[in-house]
Amino acid sequence: MKKLAVLLFAALVGTSAQAAIYKVDTQGAHAFVQFRIKHLGYSWLYGRFDKFDGSFSYDEAKPEASSIEMTVDTTSLNSNHAERDKHLRGKDFLNVDKFPSATFKSTSFEPKGDGKAVLKGDLTLHGVTKPIAIDVTEIGGGKDPWGGYRQGFTGKTEFKLKDFGIDYDLGPASQTVELILDVEGVRQ
Amino acid sequence: MQTRNSPTHYGWVAVAFHWLMAPAIIGMFALGWWMRGLSYYDPWYRQGPDIHKSVGILLLILLTARLLWRWANVSPAPEPAPRWQQRAAGFAHWVIYGLLLAISVSGYLISTADGRAIEVFSWFQVPATLQGLENQEDIAGVIHKYLAWTLMGLVLLHGLAAFKHHFVNKDGTLRKMFGLAPRNNAA
Repeated sequence: MKKLAVLLFAALVGTSAQAAIYKVDTQGAHAFVQFRIKHLGYSWLYGRFDKFDGSFSYDEAKPEASSIEMTVDTTSLNSNHAERDKHLRGKDFLNVDKFPSATFKSTSFEPKGDGKAVLKGDLTLHGVTKPIAIDVTEIGGGKDPWGGYRQGFTGKTEFKLKDFGIDYDLGPASQTVELILDVEGVRQ
Repeated sequence: MQTRNSPTHYGWVAVAFHWLMAPAIIGMFALGWWMRGLSYYDPWYRQGPDIHKSVGILLLILLTARLLWRWANVSPAPEPAPRWQQRAAGFAHWVIYGLLLAISVSGYLISTADGRAIEVFSWFQVPATLQGLENQEDIAGVIHKYLAWTLMGLVLLHGLAAFKHHFVNKDGTLRKMFGLAPRNNAA
């Protein structure tokens, strides 16, 4: 009944029922594409991609209709060590000369309540496209102090490097990489 | 053997520069090529690049000293040969010096791209200067690689030319590189 009321209200208000388009705030750098992988099994190594772009649609009243598309510039990999970055961009890993971008296109978004959700979609990395599921937590949303409207999420997923055709041997403890994704979108 | 060059002989300093640097440079190429293929768990994975960077800096210092020494000394006259050959040989020598300089600098720019210093055998450190350019390590890396291959091509040509002088022309070019007297004088 409550759900129906919300839907009805949304229909009446009209525009607010429409999924709003949000542009990922790369301009103000309120979004981060980070990864971490174990080093020898002794510690976590963190890195990030400095350049990416994307947008998502999100409707508070109908979150299951949400979708997102992101493109990451793989040449912008940064792990705070030039020689390692060069190696990671090279043929042993991301081969960025051949695959200069990675993309994610969502196929479904399942709210699990309490601000949690599972975002499924296709990740294209190193020329390989595979479905992945990202555990999403809604952090918050609302007006910003400068007249805009924002919505932010954090997401986590992991996959084996081998699944995307990257088979340089970093050792048994370093087969799986975790992605830590933070996006804040500005409503268009 | 005399220390300084004369119009007919190389002194021992010039000879030492040449024969100290030549095997080191060829060895650096081999090491650089080999170390790129090492697996992460290879004991040489860290040692290889450490040695490569340390020797590279030492070679850059030697190159600077060598060029200064060359500038402060006369160069022995080349063996009789067609004018174009003498010019080509002289040009090739300067290209080799230029490549050595460019390869050293580009290598330095890879390792110092993030502001880290290069540790030379834990004797001393060479700090970063030019750093943080967009994709500096990748661009410097490509330059480093292609110039190194170009250098090896010239080194091969240089070596073949030396043997040609010695065995075909039977002149004193190669003998002079050991500080020996030109053949016609020795005979």
